[in-house]
Amino acid sequence: MKRFYLMLGVLTLALGAMLVYLLKSNPSAPRAANTAPPAGTVVDDGFRGYTMGSDAAPVEVTEYGDFECPACAGFAVIQMPTIKEQLIATGKVRWRYRDYPLPMHPYSRLAAHAAQCGGEQGKFWEMHDQLYMNHSWAQTGKNPTGLFRDFARAAGLDVSRYDACLESGRYAARIEFSRQEGEQKLVNGTPTFYINGKMYTGRNNSDAFKAAIDSAAAARRK
Amino acid sequence: MRSRQAIALLALLGFFVALYLWLHQIGVGGELKCGTGGCDTVQASRWSHQLGLPVAFYGVAGYAVILAVAIAALQPSWLERRGPTFLLAALATGGVLFSVWLTYLELFVINAICRWCVTSAVIMALIWITATFAVFRRPSFPATRTDP
Repeated sequence: MKRFYLMLGVLTLALGAMLVYLLKSNPSAPRAANTAPPAGTVVDDGFRGYTMGSDAAPVEVTEYGDFECPACAGFAVIQMPTIKEQLIATGKVRWRYRDYPLPMHPYSRLAAHAAQCGGEQGKFWEMHDQLYMNHSWAQTGKNPTGLFRDFARAAGLDVSRYDACLESGRYAARIEFSRQEGEQKLVNGTPTFYINGKMYTGRNNSDAFKAAIDSAAAARRK
Repeated sequence: MRSRQAIALLALLGFFVALYLWLHQIGVGGELKCGTGGCDTVQASRWSHQLGLPVAFYGVAGYAVILAVAIAALQPSWLERRGPTFLLAALATGGVLFSVWLTYLELFVINAICRWCVTSAVIMALIWITATFAVFRRPSFPATRTDP
């Protein structure tokens, strides 16, 4: 019996030590991908956001969004399916997504970077949808790096290439350039939309968008 | 006695697995070490909380109770009684049913597998097999002594 209690004690100590190791050795979010690059290193690489819809569409909507923002997620989940079906798929609108990570969100740059890494493999919108459709990650305050890897897998990405991309932080400057561009355009919150370059100040629902887009298309025809 | 010792050791192992998942769920530590599994997907799903508590907490509590019962059952005054054997089997049956339900959710509802959850399910299944075997095994000591 003494041998059993000794074994129980040793096992408790070993498992306790292993638990402390697992909790302490947890990696933080990839730093380069989750922070703004140093001032002066942000250069224009010519990239102006991923687009969805026909190049010949008469109207372009540019969305400045933050993946950690609940209003952006609400828009993506509730309004976007109708907009996709009625306006984008019908060739009326081309949708452009620009990053505008807000400073109070600890992981919005990481999420934007994850989406860019998806774009690198031709799956930006798939990753965009994963990040918005499974938005509970933004409410926990916990490091979502592992969860984003699951999203990458669900989006059909090559996960080892995705990991390397995120670790490198190679799109951090591009994301910061997009944010600075938004700032110049007087983006004051997310999501902010521009319809053919003009800030949209109407309601964020698909009916209001449809009316505004019809109006912009009519104005272009004149 | 051997089966109670085995159950105690397995319950201790399961306790630490569940503790790791629970501590992660309440925000202690960062990324869950999960290899290529979908631990974060499972932990972030709406199924990860039941009745307002993290599922992993039920694991911590369940393994702690099994561990306590198994150790109590090893005390000399309880060693020859069959009651703790039945109690351990009942607790293990509850645990294994809960594990089966969680594994079903992972496979067919959440569509992601958490390796730590699978590890816990395997440990609980081993406890159940050991406890059930002890119930059906003939006692190695006489239940009542009859002197000639």
